[in-house]
Amino acid sequence: MSFVEQFKRLDLDDLSMRIYSCTSIDVERALQRPQGNIESLIALLSPAAKPYLEIMAQASYKLTRQRFGANLGLFLPLYLSNLCANECDYCGFSMSNKLKRKTLSEPELLAEINIIKQRGFDSILLVSGEHETKVGIEYFKKVIPIVKQHFSYVALEVQPLEEQEYNTLVGLGLDAVMVYQETYRPHTYAKHHTRGKKKDFNYRLSTPDRVAAAGVDKIGLGVLLGLDDWRVDALLMGHHLAYLEKRYWRTRYSISLPRLRPCTGGVTPKVELTDDGLVQMICAFRLYNPQLEISLSTRETPGFRNNLLPLGVTNISAGSSTQPGGYQNPNTELDQFEISDERSADEMVIQMQKSGLNPVWKDWESNWF
Amino acid sequence: MLTIAGHQFESRLFTGTGKFSHSKTMLAAIEASQSQLVTLAMKRIDHNKDNDDLLSPLQAMGVKLLPNTAGARTAKEAIFAAELANEMLGTKWIKLEIHPDPKYLMPDAIETLKAAEVLCARGFTVLPYVHADPVLCYRLEEVGCAAVMPLGSPIGSNQGLATEPFLEIIIEQANVPVIVDAGIGAPSQACKAMEMGADAVLVNTAIASSAAPIIMAECFNTAVISGRNAYLAGLGGVVKQAQHTSPLTQFLNV
Repeated sequence: MSFVEQFKRLDLDDLSMRIYSCTSIDVERALQRPQGNIESLIALLSPAAKPYLEIMAQASYKLTRQRFGANLGLFLPLYLSNLCANECDYCGFSMSNKLKRKTLSEPELLAEINIIKQRGFDSILLVSGEHETKVGIEYFKKVIPIVKQHFSYVALEVQPLEEQEYNTLVGLGLDAVMVYQETYRPHTYAKHHTRGKKKDFNYRLSTPDRVAAAGVDKIGLGVLLGLDDWRVDALLMGHHLAYLEKRYWRTRYSISLPRLRPCTGGVTPKVELTDDGLVQMICAFRLYNPQLEISLSTRETPGFRNNLLPLGVTNISAGSSTQPGGYQNPNTELDQFEISDERSADEMVIQMQKSGLNPVWKDWESNWF
Repeated sequence: MLTIAGHQFESRLFTGTGKFSHSKTMLAAIEASQSQLVTLAMKRIDHNKDNDDLLSPLQAMGVKLLPNTAGARTAKEAIFAAELANEMLGTKWIKLEIHPDPKYLMPDAIETLKAAEVLCARGFTVLPYVHADPVLCYRLEEVGCAAVMPLGSPIGSNQGLATEPFLEIIIEQANVPVIVDAGIGAPSQACKAMEMGADAVLVNTAIASSAAPIIMAECFNTAVISGRNAYLAGLGGVVKQAQHTSPLTQFLNV
């Protein structure tokens, strides 16, 4: 049974109502026993938790330091291709968008790798649009062994694959798979994904099951904050996480909290997640799940990122390019979305040290294990 | 003086290298702790770099390095990591850690025993991190482990000696040093472990994550010394009734 069956049993309207009917008493109770308790997550994500934000932040900071120490992992995305066979109205890579399409050749890939290595990174996130025929399993089978020669940690954020395909890639050195549901509301999902295989909500929803069954070390979940009510989407992601942790107990989990950003031909956020809302969400997840890894991308502004660093985040990117070949030939015309924090990795390291945090470039060696 | 596999340690406080905000703070805290055995995760060592900012100062301090296999989920993975530690750091001492559960980092008893057997046979000085299981500790001793490292409570939890009744049995039965590892969150808990007769304690999170790691390291050092001295001096038994220092019936013996 994949999460799809469990998801069908959830009454989404009822969950939404429960979030909005929480009171300060529910929040205070949740703060007493937040860990692993979905009822507490409901309260901590609710509007009633807003006056408790400082208490949540203090607790989140403390828990994060206890579990992860002062360490903050650094990673960089490497865009392999912007080809895509889907139509998603929030994404710059959408099929109908008129932009120059590109898939990295081996020499181009090596050039990107060289630049990223020179900057000191050892953890890489391979990203592509979702184009099964041109950038599918055969392409990944060629790319991952090349990348693995240079990086100790290799994560993949591409279209959902079959279990056997993930298994093959694990054998070639794949360590992590990020697969974002975008929104857990089927109606909203259908509205934003109008063409291509990504339209299949349930296939995407069952992807983490296939990833875990294939023996991938870490799975990243995420929602695109702004497509629908972020509180409800976050809670449903919490349900998904709880299901996966119980069933696939050997796997590590991370979440990513991207806010919808302007992009070529894209939509503007329907439901705005404000800065204090994002802080509430980070803290709620940290209190709910102290061992969860939380990633922060360059979508957020430098000042805001500085303040978010100590609150519960465990992994950050810095100096990112969101286009294929973008490290060698910076040029924004191929970008997936606009980034807000343009600081280099070195600048981020200085900021981290100012905040008493220790930049970790290397924290894994699957080749050894 | 504590002897493990022929190596003598004046300090019975072992420390770690993870979770510090800066390598300078880490080195100062280790110095303040007086620790002579320091564990470090193999997964953090970058084999493409010289790692001199971490390793050289530790070596210059004269501490013994104890690479650990954190990240390994099977015996096979841990054995491979131990072999690499030997190759890269030139030491056959290994803290054997196998935890396939990333949530509570609970040690896998079956895989640990398998790996210990192989590594001991290959001449490693194996210090296995295990649950506080007296039979498992016996089994690890039988395959040749130089010490056992039972947990006080889950790693990094600061819950102290939650496994106290089982630690007591392990300490009573063991023929090798018992190092209480994991979960010790306060100097008083380290002191208690030493009062119970543990040969040493390993503390990382409580020092590294404290607001003042150097001061906290000093506190742990003195707590461990006090606990050990109290153990050697012999703690009094615990009874419910008061025992008068000047007994009323003493005249009958005159």
